[in-house]
Amino acid sequence: MVTLKDYEGGPTAWCPGCGNFSILLAVKRALVEMNLEPYQVLIVSGIGQAGKLPHYMRCNTLNALHGRAVPEAIGAKLANHELKVIAVGGDGDGYGEGGNHFMHAILRNIDITYIVHNNQIYGLTKGQASPTSDKGFVTKTTPEGVISLPFNPLALAISLGATFVSRGFAGEVDHLVELIKKAMQHKGFALVDVLQPCVTFNKLNTWEWYRKRVYKLEGTDYDHTNRLTAFQKALEWGDRIPIGIIYKSDRLTFDEQLPTLKKGPLVKQKIDPLACEKILDEFM
Amino acid sequence: MTIDFTFKIGGEAGQGLQSIGYALSKAFAKGGLYVFLNQDYESRIRGGHTFVQVRVRNEPVYTLSEEVNMLIALNKETIDLHKTELVKGGAIIFDGEKIPIKAEDNCYSVPLEKLALEKGGSKIMINTVATGAAMGMLDYDFNLLADVLSEEFGRKGKDVVESNVKAARAGYDYAKENYRGKYDFTIRPLGSSKRMFLNGSEAIATGAIVAGCKFMAGYPMTPTSLILEFFASKARDYNLVFVQSEDELAAINMVIGAGYAGVRAMTATAGDGFALMVEGLGQAGMTETPIVAVVGQRPGPAVGLPTRTSQADLLFMIGAGNDEFPRAVFTPSTIEDAFWLTIKAFNIAEKYQIPVIILIDQHLADSYRTVDRFDLSKVKIERGEMLSEEQIKAMGPYNYKRHQFTESGVSPRAIPGTPGCLVVTDADEHNEEGHIIEDAETRTKMVLKRLRKFEGVKKEIEPPKIYGPEDAKITLIGWGSTYGAIREAVDTLRKDGIDVNMLYINVVWPFPKDEVSLVLSKAEMSFVIENNATGQLAYLIKSETGREVNEKILKFDGRPFSPTHIVKEVKKKVKG
Repeated sequence: MVTLKDYEGGPTAWCPGCGNFSILLAVKRALVEMNLEPYQVLIVSGIGQAGKLPHYMRCNTLNALHGRAVPEAIGAKLANHELKVIAVGGDGDGYGEGGNHFMHAILRNIDITYIVHNNQIYGLTKGQASPTSDKGFVTKTTPEGVISLPFNPLALAISLGATFVSRGFAGEVDHLVELIKKAMQHKGFALVDVLQPCVTFNKLNTWEWYRKRVYKLEGTDYDHTNRLTAFQKALEWGDRIPIGIIYKSDRLTFDEQLPTLKKGPLVKQKIDPLACEKILDEFM
Repeated sequence: MTIDFTFKIGGEAGQGLQSIGYALSKAFAKGGLYVFLNQDYESRIRGGHTFVQVRVRNEPVYTLSEEVNMLIALNKETIDLHKTELVKGGAIIFDGEKIPIKAEDNCYSVPLEKLALEKGGSKIMINTVATGAAMGMLDYDFNLLADVLSEEFGRKGKDVVESNVKAARAGYDYAKENYRGKYDFTIRPLGSSKRMFLNGSEAIATGAIVAGCKFMAGYPMTPTSLILEFFASKARDYNLVFVQSEDELAAINMVIGAGYAGVRAMTATAGDGFALMVEGLGQAGMTETPIVAVVGQRPGPAVGLPTRTSQADLLFMIGAGNDEFPRAVFTPSTIEDAFWLTIKAFNIAEKYQIPVIILIDQHLADSYRTVDRFDLSKVKIERGEMLSEEQIKAMGPYNYKRHQFTESGVSPRAIPGTPGCLVVTDADEHNEEGHIIEDAETRTKMVLKRLRKFEGVKKEIEPPKIYGPEDAKITLIGWGSTYGAIREAVDTLRKDGIDVNMLYINVVWPFPKDEVSLVLSKAEMSFVIENNATGQLAYLIKSETGREVNEKILKFDGRPFSPTHIVKEVKKKVKG
């Protein structure tokens, strides 16, 4: 039996009270509840406080460049699709620097889980606006308030044909554990956007601010299989913020559609130069 | 009999010039002749001016010739632009019914369009008729051309093959009946051949597949798109995965992901596409992930002349990335070199867990040559230190350290997913386990560990080769695709009594400083010959050996060197 101890990692460098702690706990609990051994799991992370997550637990880890966790996760998954691959990063990492990769990973429906720690601020660089900061939010780089509209990852994902779109809250760990498990069980690209306060730099979107607003979709009559109502739900932001599975559907994954991978993972294929004589014949 | 015959086929983009050049070349190659084909095209899909040159010889050929023996003109502009390149007695083949010019003695009109419609049933066949006409003019064996057409169009069905053969035959017969006698140059097959005919891109893509590269990601970009396309076309038969990525950043990062997971992986792009990949190159260096990147040079900066050739990214490749980490930069000179160095690139990348760059240019990527069939029994696959499941088991559960300090700097690899081991690595500075660190001591040790690997890489590199006598008074130095032009220039200059040889560098990093220094110490005079404006190799030689190269022959107009050009420039300096 796998236990939380199997996933125990070294000391963290996060601020006391950071939402990252409960996300880390939720990830570990989800893996334990799925009875996955650490060696079966690969976490590919980006740069930012969120990107440090795999260092504070035990699993295969590829801590990538800022914004590039998703393409590196895709490469690793296609090389060895037997690995359980999770990509982890923050809102700046995934929705700013890596925005293009995020969109194309959704279109491909590659079978990975993408957990985004969304705290609406840049923490590692000490308090600048992020793609998800609310309009008007005053930060060090936006002294007059943020001018742009906030990036809406859920609505974007649904519009692009994502097959699993969800939102969790760092203050609801049990709920988040279930979301991560469902995301990992889902075949295809699964987004788990996690609302998370930055206790040091975001004085607006605090624990209390989120607690007042979030409500769980589970237990309501909300139907997460209807793409149009899901889109409406994804736009809901302000006094009430829904958490849970916003949208779920089924579509063949990218990896399932590659004929090569039906023969087993690439990493297990033999290298045989002599089997390539036929290519040379074509040039004769 | 000596044959050294150059065709120039000119027209607009979209007229099928390449298929004429390719069919002619293949037919000659099948007849045991040696062929070199190069392409000159614009960054457009239709219109403009574009040409293909095919040079046929009865002995090995490595480069193009400036002297044209037969101009196949599909438009008037081709005649206007290129008729002065014709040798004495050189012929122009054109469609007099479509291109109204005052026919001089050397102009041979063939009703290409009329024959295409009559015999082939479509205007599309104009280029096939022209191919036939060229062969008829030279009285070459038509059956060899028919074989080529059958192979080329076989996939499209019997009818397409038949109409193409008919169209070619019509052109062949027309030219032969009307002009043989008046035009008497003849090319005959030398016998049957076992040679291949392929270009640099195909050689690299084939080399990658042979080397066991299973994963490629890329964003299409001239001049390396063909590498991506070729690899993708073989995916089903050779168990490969190709991903067309959303951009170059994604491409190199996907390749890093695959390399981390234990698969040989590669990307291909152009110099300015590589500019986007630079951060990824650094990550491969930092995480010690083996990757291979093909970079096809074209003139820049920025977009430059997208379809033309250049050698101005040499120093960029050596210096790309923030901070310091070991890498290798290979600069293949020929089709054979492109194939074998690609295989070596994967071996070096995995043995030393570093990024390896294969730096080519448009001229090498797009130019075809007849070469001896590659002997696949000579291919060696060296994957470096890779721990087996048993070895990992013997270490005890979760004791594996991805970045373990070793004397060679190389830490044995393990495949993520192996029971009892975790493969942890980080783009941040990290400890032996691969976890993020801040302390000065570990940082210093890690930098030195990574750099130590370079000492091993240096020992793997073969010294650069010399063409011609070792003790020649004058040395011409080159790298990359200029090999053929310099080689032929050496032959010509020696015939003219100038004591010259060529030093050829096909691995520029690690730089072969001792060998280059020795050659320069012996030469009375030295030249670098480069497709750039500042002499980047000369700069590198100076900084690595302290020796100054005397003269630079530089060309940065986007066009490849010809031997004639080099001969002329060398003579200018040598004679006065």
